[in-house]
Amino acid sequence: MQHYLLIPFLPFAAFLINILFGRMLLKEKAHWVSILAVAVSWVVSVMTLLDVISGKTLNQDVYTWILSGNFRVSVGFLIDQLTAVMLIVVTTCSMLIHIYSVGYMHGDSGYYRFFSYLSLFTFCMLMLVMANNFLQLYFGWEGVGLCSYFLIGYYFDKKSASDAGKKAFIVNRFGDFGFGIGIFVIFLTFGTVYYEPVFSQAAGFATKSINFLGYDLHLMTVIALLLFCGSIGKSAQMPLHVWLPDAMEGPTPVSALIHAATMVTAGVFLVARCNAIFSLSELALTIVALTGAITSLFAASIGLVQNDIKRIIAYSTISQLGYMFLACGVGGYTAGVFHLYTHAFFKALLFLCAGSVMHAMAGELNLHKMGGLKKYMPVTYITMLLASLSIAGIPGFAGFFSKDEILWLAYSSTNPVGKFVWLIGTLVAFLTAFYSFRLIFLTFHGSFRGTHEQEHHLHESPKTMTVPLMLLCIGAIASGWIGISNLIGELVGIEHLNWFTGFMQPVLGHPEGHGTHAEEWGVMLISIMAGVSGIGLAYYLYIKRPELPDKIMAQFSTAHRVLFNKYYVDELYDLLIIRPALWTAKNVLIGVGDVRIIEAIVNGVPASIGGFSKQLRRLQTGLLQHYATIMAMGLFVIGAFMLLRNW
Amino acid sequence: MDQATVNTLGFPILSLLIFLPVAGALGLLLMKSSQEGLIRMFALLVSIAGFLLSLPLFTAFDKTTHAMQFVERHAWIPAWNINYHLGLDGISILFVLLSTLVTILCILISWNSIKVKVKEFYISLLVVEAAMIGVFCSLDFFLFYIFWEAMLIPMYLLIGVWGGPNRIYAAVKFFLFTLVGSVLMLVGIIVLYLYSGGTFNILELSTRIYPYDMQLWLFWAFFAAFAVKVPMFPVHTWLPDAHTEAPTAGSVILAAVLIKMGAYGFLRFSLPILPEASKAMTPVMITLSVIAIIYGGIICLAQTDLKRLIAYSSVSHMGFVTLGIFALNVQGMEGGILQMINHGIVTGGLFLGVGVIYDRTHTRQISDYGGVASVMPVYASLFIVFTFASIGLPATNGFIGEFLILLGGFKANQWAGVLAASGIIIGAGYMLWLYQRVFFMETSEKVSGLHDLDTRELIALLPMVILIFWIGIYPDTFLGFMHESVRHLLERVNSGSAHGVSVAKNIVEILK
Repeated sequence: MQHYLLIPFLPFAAFLINILFGRMLLKEKAHWVSILAVAVSWVVSVMTLLDVISGKTLNQDVYTWILSGNFRVSVGFLIDQLTAVMLIVVTTCSMLIHIYSVGYMHGDSGYYRFFSYLSLFTFCMLMLVMANNFLQLYFGWEGVGLCSYFLIGYYFDKKSASDAGKKAFIVNRFGDFGFGIGIFVIFLTFGTVYYEPVFSQAAGFATKSINFLGYDLHLMTVIALLLFCGSIGKSAQMPLHVWLPDAMEGPTPVSALIHAATMVTAGVFLVARCNAIFSLSELALTIVALTGAITSLFAASIGLVQNDIKRIIAYSTISQLGYMFLACGVGGYTAGVFHLYTHAFFKALLFLCAGSVMHAMAGELNLHKMGGLKKYMPVTYITMLLASLSIAGIPGFAGFFSKDEILWLAYSSTNPVGKFVWLIGTLVAFLTAFYSFRLIFLTFHGSFRGTHEQEHHLHESPKTMTVPLMLLCIGAIASGWIGISNLIGELVGIEHLNWFTGFMQPVLGHPEGHGTHAEEWGVMLISIMAGVSGIGLAYYLYIKRPELPDKIMAQFSTAHRVLFNKYYVDELYDLLIIRPALWTAKNVLIGVGDVRIIEAIVNGVPASIGGFSKQLRRLQTGLLQHYATIMAMGLFVIGAFMLLRNW
Repeated sequence: MDQATVNTLGFPILSLLIFLPVAGALGLLLMKSSQEGLIRMFALLVSIAGFLLSLPLFTAFDKTTHAMQFVERHAWIPAWNINYHLGLDGISILFVLLSTLVTILCILISWNSIKVKVKEFYISLLVVEAAMIGVFCSLDFFLFYIFWEAMLIPMYLLIGVWGGPNRIYAAVKFFLFTLVGSVLMLVGIIVLYLYSGGTFNILELSTRIYPYDMQLWLFWAFFAAFAVKVPMFPVHTWLPDAHTEAPTAGSVILAAVLIKMGAYGFLRFSLPILPEASKAMTPVMITLSVIAIIYGGIICLAQTDLKRLIAYSSVSHMGFVTLGIFALNVQGMEGGILQMINHGIVTGGLFLGVGVIYDRTHTRQISDYGGVASVMPVYASLFIVFTFASIGLPATNGFIGEFLILLGGFKANQWAGVLAASGIIIGAGYMLWLYQRVFFMETSEKVSGLHDLDTRELIALLPMVILIFWIGIYPDTFLGFMHESVRHLLERVNSGSAHGVSVAKNIVEILK
């Protein structure tokens, strides 16, 4: 199975080739190297998946990365069921988005740069999911953050873009701060940072406590929550969600690949990977579930009123990521990963469709300046419609199966907050369907509301863009079919229809639900109703009675303003963190600390001697004499001291 | 204790390394001041020869022993038992290599920017090199002190003669801060000399046991010299001025090698000679380190001057170094030593980079910049490597050092580890903010039309970039040198009797 090394390192080679030779030699042919590399990676990933299905897993070190005392960590790879699924998600989305970018980025001055970053990102993401230890995971984790920084700020001459890139990186650092300390605690507890020994020994520490910063706390809870800090940052959960909407400053293929399908799901991957640790702490799981549930509701509510097509999808991403954490929190790691996998397809598709719309609209993002696009862009319309049906949880589509499983596991969970998060989840399902179809109706239905010039330019996107849309659309519909609920299986007489749960069982275990079949049917029915009624309401408000939304908005103007301004979280952080930090730096540390206190004390000497030196310079022109004088004084002090000692 | 003395090379490599630049400087003295091209070329060749000569150290060093290697010992002033005694171990060897490399880069980067007193400039530079190498090689305390002080003169000249508008103030400040510290160290050296019955031999001094009270006094005497050089909080205020006013080469040498001497002093003298006092003083040292990390970092957020920002970031980064050293465990100490090298590479690289752009625009004000990435893409891509190495991104050298330090620091004291780790957030904040304002956004007036790096500048920057990734991806090449020496040093420190823990507590109380 040595060929697995090709999976990450081919994209890395493509990155090197593009960054070194792209500007001078490859220019507008730069995409070939990157696409070829990721395509071969994809083929090898599929082969690897087949290997894993046939029972072959792998855990292998390549070389020792850091060795210091009893700390040793290597660059090493773990390929098991979870990795194999992630490999498919990453390479498939990455490959299709590479191809799409050929059309989307055509003629851009930084063409080679764009593709080298995409390749670097693919490499880092693959290193992240293939790691066999926490430190390499951290390498990939920071690496994808770096690529995200580069790609969000791709149009770096725009202030907003470079601001957004910086913000993403720094906000993520807050999460990584906790994550890093989590790795320290893991090392000090287990004496290693390799997954295998850590996870296999974790159960032995289940009842241990640790003195952490002076408090006696349950050890596994501490580790789990510190790791979860990293997840909160990377997967844009509250309170560190603020970077993701701004990240939409990047080119749309980037939003699809990094900020929807792959990188932002790394946090969910981390929790799933560490399920052995999380499962030992009910408190940690409860916090994960609540964070996920509250974030998903919070983001969905913001998504209701936004007008920027990409931002709506961004809030939808935050909301869906919350769903995945909700699943993990109630013990349904498999369901969380399953939703990660289906979400990658339909969310990437939604973004790419949005990109296709932007392409036609010359960069316009405001929903209210669109309308009636379906007759100009049939492929984009149909694929986006199907993706929206999938996210809305309409039976048969991929999103339905994963969402339904999460809601059922929440409902049937033994966790005390299970029912509560189920209720939130159901409400979110309704809201999701509503805002997704608000977007569809405002964009594609009705009549065009933009300028004449824009209308004149409306066109379907080129083949390099529409073909990836159609391919992703297959995923958005069919990717869920490998995880159809056993309940339906029983109905049609197929046992173990839910292949996915069985496949993942060695890594993620089997979630236990406590409920009757009737309850399970009920939960499913309610979730379908939530989705359908969300679509219905959107239809009523934006097709049937298009004058109503404005009236409602006027009626509830305060609520609308709060939602439209994203609950003022950015403003709050600015007020509570950024301004005080800068103020402290300017006024307290430099003004008082360095200048008034330290300088005044230690500078008393230099200041007086500084004056003295001016006198000296008046007398003598050379600087060496000056030195000699002080040297002589020094020698005098020494001589005096030696004399005194030997008295 | 057996301090095996071996020189496997068969020729006095350390003396050659020290005296080659001195000979070069003498050679320059003989040249006519008007032959600037020749002077530059000659200086460059001398520095390259020095670097090539230092490479055998890298290959011939025996990593399996903590003993001093390449040792040379000759009686110098027998009456006072002063010896010309040189040698390297795993703690010092990398600094010699760094010094010889940095000198080449400094000469390259000064090629066109130094226009007055060219001959004197390169003489000063070569003398600094000799003194730097001498400091790291000396095994005789007296000899060490000579080199330590000898370094001051040319450094003082570099800042005072070729510096910016406010150079005299900065040079005097630099000089006085370091001199005051050094004098106290000299007192300490003499006390040790007298107490030990007349030896300056560092290895011998490092095996004796001294009364605890005496250790404490000596610790603070040495602290005065070393803390100023590091510079530790609160004696760091000379550094921003010196860095800001120094010419590019001066800043690079300051950042890359000179301030490492302080931390090296702790490792070579304070810890092995005064183990019990050092151990007792760790709470103080760790506290000061953590303050430096956070204080230095936050101050960076308010800087408007490119070089000043990087100078304050050095205060923060050196806080990591001293935290690692005084964590007194393997990870912390190895991380600390590696981070000294890393900081030399990264901050040296940042100053080289600033020099490149300063030569073109003659402004250090951050607000004068903007959009450099559009006009100088190659330069921008090298600078971002330094930026992210400074932030400590994995796969760069900064990560390896900071990770080991924070791990070691967390082991030693959880609060220290956690507070210091917040430095990585602040670090990302100010470095990315700097990068954004200089390289991104709309192209400013001063920047438009600048030409990208020429070959000479590229050659000056590339070695640092290569080292950043080398250490980041395969740090074993460098960490491997340290294992034995660090283990030996920690044994010495930790084997000391637990005497004085209560005394230490009293001292800490008093200090509070």
